[in-house]
Amino acid sequence: MQTAAINQAPAKASVFYDPKIRGIVYQVLLVGLITFLIYEAATNVIDNLRRARIASGFGFLSTTAGFDISQSLIPFSAAGSSYGTAFVAGLLNTLLVAVIGIFFATILGFLIGVARLSSNWIIAKLAMVYVEVMRNIPLLLQLLFWYVAVLSQLPAPRNSIEMGGGFFLNARGLFLPRPIFASDIWVLVATFVAGLVAALVFRRWAKRQQAATGRQYPTGWVTFGLVLVLPVLMWGLLALAVENPITFELPRKGTFNLTGGASILPEFVALLLGLTIYTAAFIAEVVRAGILAVSRGQTEAASSLGLPAGKTLRLVVIPQAMRVIVPPLTSQYLNLTKNSSLAVAIGYPDLVQVFMGTVLNQTGQAVEVVVITMGVYLTISLLTSMVMNIYNRRVAIVER
Amino acid sequence: MNTAVDTLRFVSTEKAPALPPPNLARGPVAWVRENLFNGPLNTILTLLAFFLLYRYLPPIVQFLFTDAVWTGADRAACREDMIGRPVGACWAFVNERLSYFTYGSYPVAERWRVNGFFALLAIGVVWLLWLRAPRRDLGAVYFFGVFPVLSYVLLTGGDANFSTVTWGLYIAVGVVVLMAVLLGGRFNLPARSIATFVGIPYLAIGAALAILEIDWGLGAVPTSLWGGILVTMLVATVGIVFSLPFGILLALGRRSKLPLVRLASVVFIEFVRGVPLITVLIMANTMLPLFLPGNMTVDRLLRPLVGVALFASAYMAEVVRGGLQAMPKGQYEGAMSLGLNYPQMMGLIILPQALRIVIPGIVNTFIGLFKDTSLVYVIGIFDLIKAIEASRVDPTWAAPTVSTTGYLFAALFYFVFCWGMSRYSLGVERRLAAGQNR
Repeated sequence: MQTAAINQAPAKASVFYDPKIRGIVYQVLLVGLITFLIYEAATNVIDNLRRARIASGFGFLSTTAGFDISQSLIPFSAAGSSYGTAFVAGLLNTLLVAVIGIFFATILGFLIGVARLSSNWIIAKLAMVYVEVMRNIPLLLQLLFWYVAVLSQLPAPRNSIEMGGGFFLNARGLFLPRPIFASDIWVLVATFVAGLVAALVFRRWAKRQQAATGRQYPTGWVTFGLVLVLPVLMWGLLALAVENPITFELPRKGTFNLTGGASILPEFVALLLGLTIYTAAFIAEVVRAGILAVSRGQTEAASSLGLPAGKTLRLVVIPQAMRVIVPPLTSQYLNLTKNSSLAVAIGYPDLVQVFMGTVLNQTGQAVEVVVITMGVYLTISLLTSMVMNIYNRRVAIVER
Repeated sequence: MNTAVDTLRFVSTEKAPALPPPNLARGPVAWVRENLFNGPLNTILTLLAFFLLYRYLPPIVQFLFTDAVWTGADRAACREDMIGRPVGACWAFVNERLSYFTYGSYPVAERWRVNGFFALLAIGVVWLLWLRAPRRDLGAVYFFGVFPVLSYVLLTGGDANFSTVTWGLYIAVGVVVLMAVLLGGRFNLPARSIATFVGIPYLAIGAALAILEIDWGLGAVPTSLWGGILVTMLVATVGIVFSLPFGILLALGRRSKLPLVRLASVVFIEFVRGVPLITVLIMANTMLPLFLPGNMTVDRLLRPLVGVALFASAYMAEVVRGGLQAMPKGQYEGAMSLGLNYPQMMGLIILPQALRIVIPGIVNTFIGLFKDTSLVYVIGIFDLIKAIEASRVDPTWAAPTVSTTGYLFAALFYFVFCWGMSRYSLGVERRLAAGQNR
């Protein structure tokens, strides 16, 4: 009886109170609003473009660019290359600075993160000052500082600073020896790859052996020997017996300029410096948080088992800290990649500077250019987080 | 059997020698030995650190203070060949350009209005951030409602000429709301809650429109004259004022049970978080005018403001979502069992608690936003960085150390604000943790 009475109650209420119907109404309203906005925007864009006589579509990608790019990993010339090639050149420059920046920022960040936790008072304080200063000053300002206040103040090429080993620094950038590869370079590459594969196989085998028998093998030394010593020996052998596979062309001081060798643009150096130093401060904090997240009991348990400090760190603390470190580290890598777009402020030809800057100004095709550029960054973001998620799943705690 | 053998392998048969008692010495020498020279590695590191400090600290101090030039009217004061001594930082440059760095080209006679804006901003920030301030709910109303309107009037001069269409639309909506309140009872509509939740905001919007419409006798100052710290603060403030409410809405949308609402929120948040701010700013700069009908123009300063606001909202949404997810399910269930509806549950039970635990995250987002405001420089907006760039290439101040000094000043400005905010967020974090660690 009573249940029936309760079931009847909602029948009296207005349709307005039915959560299902309300939900549908809200969603229809939202979709309607979004559709209306997109429709309005699209018609306005078409209208405005027609009035300004700007072409649309992606045909512009194959027309001749007519501008030059100061640094390009692929052959690029103002006369012969298309906007599409300019896009690829810009994208490669972005990836180049991002990859190298990530490499250095990781090393510097881990060092400083560990230094902040050092028992040495002055080292910990210096690391803290570094992190606080670098984190709280905008990256753009740091880039301008490195580019304008440091690198542009360097002497003119004829007074270049000699750094030894064929490295020169001047206002036009960093000059360094250029490697020239002889025809037998493939032997060296093959040795390196073979050593790498052999080292990986050995590590796997050693790990399985240790799990089965408890015996430990000197994997570190074997890896070092196979990956580094073996190729170096091979290099010496080739140089003596056949032909030196890698020779270096050193930059030479002329009367006004340096000739020969390879050079790196000051814009690239400034961007790399800025990105590395700025991101390293954030990575240091990530690392510190990760190490602190491993409870003290773990370290104590390890040392009560008799593990020395180095092994405690390597086998107990770091594997557990990595679980905490990896997700925020990923977002720092992504931030670095996205921040590399600040290159536009100092004129390094990255994707944004080349494509959203020069190409957009020349063609006026804002919609296409913005869509392509944002699409690239979105793809990079999604790909990176996908790869990191796979890694993350591998190191995550396996719960019963 | 086997175990016995294994055990033998690991257990020492001899008693380990007793360790010496811990060193209980106190005092500076013991402290130094404990913290700087415990072990060979630390000794080397300490010596290295002292060497680096010895090598680099004196030149820095010399540059910043000893050799610095503090007074002067133009480049002559800061040139080594003119004053005959090595020149460090040229603080005279910053001193002379300070008002330009602060106000840009804002007319000198009207600069009190900018100061008024800074004061209003400071009141709002202190009211909201000081956790024991009275009536912080009114503070929120002030910061997100009253303050933006007053600032707009102060900075632009008000006297916005809304079209008759705007006012007509406003009155039409008003008629609909009034009808709903008066006749709603007959159609089972909740007349009382419509009156409070729609009527009051409606009247508030009307008041805001009226304040903007009235000519207060302040002269109009076009945004092309604004610059320096004013613009930096303005971009940051707009980002903060807009991103918090919009971010909360997005976070609620992402946690919603309605699939389309959730999809729209996720797409927006992930899209914005996947692209760099510069691309969003360039998009706002080049595409916003395209999106609007041809006869409408968008103020050049408004374009990056829209970009920054949207960008910050997506990041804020993720922070707020963290807070919503940290709420135990019992809170939701408790609210529902009291018979509260969704807005009541969120507004009275969940959000007050969730926002409280994410205050540090919100402040960190603000720090990021504050630093990111410098990016508007790239699309040609006259913020602090642009003011410094423009001043340092001015021939009046052509001296070698002027650029560095300008950047140092900007760095100091950003550092003071960002570091202050991060200290605040640490303090709040500690306070919140104190409640958790009972």
